Order: sequence, then C-alpha cells, then structure tokens
Amino acid sequence: MSFVLLAEQVLNGLQLGVMLFLMSAGLTLIFGVMGLINLAHGSLYMIGAFAAASIAGLTGSFILALLAALTGAAIAGGIVEMVVIRRLYRRDHLDQVLATFALILIFSEGTRWVFGSFPLYLDIPTYLQGPVFLPGGIQYPLYRITLILIGLVVAFALWLMIAKTRIGIQIRAGENDREMIAALGIDISKLYTIVFALGASLAGLAGALVGAIQSVEVGMGEPVLILAFVVIVIGGIGSIKGAMVGSILVGLTDTLGGVFLPQILQLFMDISTANNVGSSIASMAIYILMGGVLIWRPTGLYGSRP
Amino acid sequence: MISERLINIILIGLLVIIPAWAYLADEPFTITLMTRAVIFALAAVGLNLALGVGGFVSFGHAAFFGLGGYVMGILAWHAQSYTPFLELPFLIEGTQSMPVIWVIAVILSALLALVIGVVSLKTTGVYFIMITLAFAQMMYYFSISWSAYGGEDGLSIYVRNSFPGLNTLDPIQFYSICFIILMAVLALMARLVKSPYGLALNAARQSPKRVEAVGLDLHQLQLLAFVISGAITGLAGALFADLNRFVSPNMFSWQLSGEFIVFIIIGGVGRLFGPVIGALVFVGLEHFLGEINDYWHIYLGLILLLIVLFSKTGVMGLLVKKEAHHG
Amino acid sequence: MADVVLATYGITKTFGSLVACDDVSINVRAGEIHAIIGPNGAGKSTLISQICGTLIPDEGRVELMGQDITALSGRARALAGLGRTFQISQLAMEDTVLQNVILGGVGATRRQWHFIQPILSHHDLREQAEAVLERVGLIDDRHRQTAILSHGQKRQLEVAIALMLKPKIFIMDEPMAGLGLEGSKQLTMLLDDLRHQAPILLVEHDMDAVFTLADHISVLDYGKVIASDDVDAIRNDPVVRDAYLGKDS
Repeated sequence: MSFVLLAEQVLNGLQLGVMLFLMSAGLTLIFGVMGLINLAHGSLYMIGAFAAASIAGLTGSFILALLAALTGAAIAGGIVEMVVIRRLYRRDHLDQVLATFALILIFSEGTRWVFGSFPLYLDIPTYLQGPVFLPGGIQYPLYRITLILIGLVVAFALWLMIAKTRIGIQIRAGENDREMIAALGIDISKLYTIVFALGASLAGLAGALVGAIQSVEVGMGEPVLILAFVVIVIGGIGSIKGAMVGSILVGLTDTLGGVFLPQILQLFMDISTANNVGSSIASMAIYILMGGVLIWRPTGLYGSRP
Repeated sequence: MISERLINIILIGLLVIIPAWAYLADEPFTITLMTRAVIFALAAVGLNLALGVGGFVSFGHAAFFGLGGYVMGILAWHAQSYTPFLELPFLIEGTQSMPVIWVIAVILSALLALVIGVVSLKTTGVYFIMITLAFAQMMYYFSISWSAYGGEDGLSIYVRNSFPGLNTLDPIQFYSICFIILMAVLALMARLVKSPYGLALNAARQSPKRVEAVGLDLHQLQLLAFVISGAITGLAGALFADLNRFVSPNMFSWQLSGEFIVFIIIGGVGRLFGPVIGALVFVGLEHFLGEINDYWHIYLGLILLLIVLFSKTGVMGLLVKKEAHHG
Repeated sequence: MADVVLATYGITKTFGSLVACDDVSINVRAGEIHAIIGPNGAGKSTLISQICGTLIPDEGRVELMGQDITALSGRARALAGLGRTFQISQLAMEDTVLQNVILGGVGATRRQWHFIQPILSHHDLREQAEAVLERVGLIDDRHRQTAILSHGQKRQLEVAIALMLKPKIFIMDEPMAGLGLEGSKQLTMLLDDLRHQAPILLVEHDMDAVFTLADHISVLDYGKVIASDDVDAIRNDPVVRDAYLGKDS
C-alpha cells in the first residue's frame, strides 16, 4: 500500500463524500424544516443529470449543462412541491414514503419513456480533463478535484445562507418550531417551496456532476438516495453539519473499506478468499458504520429531534 | 354495504375458481400468474403484521424475502450439483425437499428479523424506516458481491423442488401448495389478532404509554411481531424462488420492499385480506397494463399517488363501511 | 395510625442547573387521598414521574408497601401495584371501552403471550372488566369506540383500567384537568369512593376538588416540600394561604 495509492483513495472518498453532501444537505433540510421524508430526491438527481446531458448534447457547453441541471431540477422540484408534496406535510411518514415512492415510479418510467432505456453520455469538458499533479507524486484527475472544490464551495455558500441571510433565519426557525413560524407571519408555503426547490437543485447539480464520471441513466438516483439517507441518519436528521460530517465519513468508509478490507484480510487468508470476503464485507461497511453510530447516538451525531 | 367477511369469502372463492378454470381451459400461464399473486400476498401478509397491526413501517422486508429465496437457492443448488454446503465441523448437504427448505427459511428469516428488530425497534419514525431499508440494502450488496452463488447474475435451479406425493412441476399442484400455505397463514393471523397478544400489539400501536402502564413490555411485543412478520415473508421468498426456479439479488431490492407496502395500501392497512387484494390488483395491472404499455409503472405510480392522497383506506375501506379493526 | 402504602425518601432530581425536586419526602397511608399542590414549575410532574418510574431520581428512594421500587421500570411498578392515570389520557382510541379495560387485565395477568384463544373467550377477564366498568359507571358504554367518549368518560376509563391491576395505590396526574363542572363532580364522587380500595396520590390544580377529596396535602414550591399536613391544617396555614391559595379559601 503506497502513499500515492492511499492518497488517491482518500481523495476518491472525499469526492464521493462531497457529492453525497449535495444530496443529503437537501434531504436533511427538507426533513428538518418541513418534516417530510422525500424518496423522490433521487429522481431529482436523475432529472438534473438528464437535463445536463441533453443540453450538453445540444450546445456542447458544460457550463450551460450545469445551469440546465440546476434550473431543471429546481423547476421540477418546485412543481412537484406545489402539486403533490404540499399535501403531505400533515400526513404520517407512511403516507409520505408511499407518495414519494409513487413519484419515483412516475419519474423513472416517464424518463424512460422520453429518453429511452439506453444511457446518455455526458462528457467531461476538455478544459477539465487530464490529471493534476499534487505534492507527494500524486496524480489525480482534474475533474474530480474540481468536484471536491465545487462541493466545498457549495457547502460554504449553504452555511453562509443559513447563518447570515433572512431566508436562512427563517429556515432555522422553521427547523426549531414549525408552528411558531406560521404564527410569526412568515409565508410558510413560499418558504417550503423555496427549501424544496433548493434541495432539488443541489440534487440535480450532484447528478449532473457525477453523470460525467458515470453514465446518465434511469434509476441512477436511487442508490445515491439510499446512501444519502444513511448519511443523514448518521449525521442526525435536520443537521447540515451532520450531513457534512456524515457524508465525509460515509464517503471515506465506502471507498477505503473496499480497498483496505481485502488487504487486511490477506494477512489471515489467501488472496482470493480475502478479496472475496473483503469486498463482501466492504459492501456492508457503511451500514455497519451506521449501526455503530446509532448504538452510540440513537439520533445521529448531531441530531436533536427525538 | 358489504361485510368484510363476505369480501374475504369472495376473495377465497376467486383464488379457487380462477385457477380451476385455468386448469380446465388449459391455460397454465394464468395459473402461474395466480401463483405469483398468492406468493406476493403471503409476503405482504407478513409485512401487514408489522406494519398494519404493529404500526411500524418497515421499508426493508425484502431482506427476508430475499433470504428465504437464497435459502432455497443455495440448498437446492448444492443438491443439484451434488456438493455439500458445509463439510466441517459437520456435514450439511443440499436438499431439494420443500418442507425442509421451508423450515430452514422460516427459522433463518426469524433469526434475521430478531437481529434487525433488536437494533431497529430502539428507533421510531424516520429512523426506523431508514434502518430497515439500510439492512435490506446491506443484504442486497452482499449478495451481489458474493460470487459463489452467482453474484449479480443470480442462481438458477433446474428442477423444481419436491414435495412428498405431488408433482410440483405441474402448475396447478404447485399453486395448490402455495394457496394452502396462504390460507393457513391467514387463519393463523386471524387467530393472532383476536388473541390477547393481538389486543396488546394493537394497543401498543395506538398508545405505547398505556401499554407500559398496564405492565406490558412494549419492546418484547413489537419484537415478536417483527420476528413472526419476517418469518412469513421469508417463507414467501422461498416459494417465490421455487416458482421462478431462480434467485438473484433483486429479491433484496428496495423496490420490492416498496411494492410490499403498496400491496397493503391498495388492499387496506391492517385488514386481514388486504394484502390479497393488493397482490391480485398488482399482478393484474402488471399483466394487463404491461401488455398494452411497457411503461405501466407510471400508471401504478399514479394510482398509488391518488390512493395515498385521497383514499387512505384502500379498496377494502371503499367496499366495507365498518372501520378496520385490524383483523 | 394507618399503614404507609407509598413513601418517598429524599427524592432529588436535577436537570443541568435546575433542581426540579429537592429532598422530597412524602408518604401516603392506607385509606387516604393525598394531594400534591403547588405553582407551575414546583416539581410536581417531576415527582410523579419519579414515583411512576418514567424518571430515575438522582438521590433518594421510593418504597411501595415497604418494598424499594426505585430501580424498577414503570412497567414493573404497574405490576407491583401502582395504578396510574395520565394528565393527557393515554388510551387505545380505536378500540372499544371494553377492549381497553380488558387490556389492563391482560397486563395484570401476564397473558400477553397467549396467541390462540380469542381474547373474548377469556371469560374471567371479561367478567372482571365488566365489574370494573360497572363500578366507574361506564358499563353501558362498553362497546363504544374510545375516541368518541367525552373527556370525563375517558378519565373514568383510565381509572377502570387501573382497577384491573388491583392496585395498591392510585397515582393520578391532574385528573380534573379539562373537566367541566359536571364531569368534575362525577369524577370527585368516584375518587372519593375509590380511596377505600386503595389510597390515592394526586397532583391537582383544582382547589375545590382538592379540599373536597384530600385528607392530606403536600405543598411543593421550587422543588421543596414547604408544607405537608392534614387538610385543615393546610387550609389554615397562613403562609400557604397567602402564597398559593389566595385570601378567599
């Protein structure tokens, strides 16, 4: 295990973590402010990716593609919020799960209907291709470094917004006491729609960014969604800080686990068994992590809601 | 208004008449469809104990369904390839005997449910939903990465497993096995819900504090419900794998967990025969709509959305005036 | 002197820097109704929670019939003979009145692990339930759904369920809360009759009910017991009168 390989894997873990943060920040905000479990978040991720791939295909511009992802997902999120989601705020969790599950079906099949079953391709723009040379002899794809940077910038911007702006105060108040902010005369409907659309656009951005590394296809959002749920359970539902910490933890565990577990097991077993067993356990690693965190802190690391 | 009992009888009638007709009309495919519906119904009956009566929303029941399927797959595979499953410390050979497979599937699913239940039932609400989902996902990824049993491609079993005295390859005979199991489990459920345990579990859903105040242990009550629930769904999984003579990681998929919940919602939460209605509707839609339109999931989604938004009581609730007394 | 049924010795509970209960020692004797009064925030609910097992005291102990129950869970205390009613009624709303009462019997006779026989064929429980419902005056409503009962009837139902436990003591948290004149009168009559079966420890704000029912009153303020005496002594205690009861009582 060389230092270079270790560094690369850590960076991979960070990149995964930062993309997960984009997903889970939205999810945790939506649950924290509106009390809503949103299974359709993965669909918004997918919509962002498809919007980006379509626009990139039409215009050849990656920047435009990202903008399309942001706006497309935000608009889709806004519409969904106004038509379906707002009827669910007062319902119990089972209803929310079922209704948003129904949305997944509708979005997935709808997308397949419009775009067909074959994946679309989104190319990394030429100016972001190629490696970057880091100290220590590490070579790492420029694009992935860019993702990490974008993710950190978004995290910072999100923090700024929540801590320093008026909308941010409303969001924080809403997380604390939903009924109170209505009594304070804040336009709840508008706030909720904004929060939902914001979460959606973050998911769409993540979908577009990751779509360039993986393929853009129907169903791409759900595995990420489930990871994002693991993140917010670990981090604590409703906490952005928890989403950040949780994302990095999950990203690193998933990436490093897959690399190191087989290596560690090779000390006790032969190589092929170690690889087999190692990768099997690694696939469960983040769930074991989640279980461990929950035994220690049943509401997550930074969770406050009982 | 029709009574729930009458509807239940009509449903049983349908489950007898339709396959009987298919048998006489030599339409084995219809029998297979009905078998699929009956097995799905069984899986959802299991979930209904946890969700409808116990009140906890498990989004990971596919974990048990898949486990039952893999129990069947692994044991049968070892039998058909004449290799033992385990040699040390003691010999365990494969088997293709259905009753044996069922017993093992039920026991292992119950054990898995015990483990998952002990961890998950400490939590409530969103956390519970997420944890049960996470456990099923864990099984899903594990089964993909465990290449010994097919990994992502799954495991094919060439011959249907055997049941003493029957030709299990004959669709109507296999259907009869599944039908009788479903009826037996439903009868058990009916008894359970009317029993003191059923009263306690139902009350626990409505008022946990009340239950503790009369000296009952909430956790133990719920854990038992979860274990029985998992065992039943596991049995359904073994039957499903047998029906298709194929098991794959997809039996652990979260979509399947969601679909089980959908069966219950369509039929009516907590209603004894609710899952039967739900499974019949689903398989019917899957078949008839699926023939017309490849994207029939959109319609399923729309129907589900409309049901959730506007009619929470499900089909049963629409037909029967009296409220669900959860069994 | 009647026997002590329930006693607390030096119960203390602190939340951060707030001392909710400070060295509280009270006892409840057989046949008596013991009321706990005091302003909001005096520590009454915290005390009740510690007696019922929802909270564990930082110091001190609770004894029921001489047995130390401080370490027992709420569940175990119920089985040991502690029958409680809640400030906000805790009932299985979808079930009928009869089903709720039978539930009490299931808990008391530890029958929750019976799976096969329908509950209604457990005749002993059914008879006991009907007797208890007769006692609290709800026998005619036994098949009604609990959700549609009036507030006062829900209170009566809670008492009925507690009776199924054959309690050694009743612990009631603001039983009169939310009741109108008629409901209060009815519940007061019921509680008055109940004391002969088992003593009652109740937290209450309704002073009319307190002075009608109580034999013994403990006054809490800032977590401490500032007075604990029989009802006439409390009524005439100038400190208590000025501070909490107002000059008219």
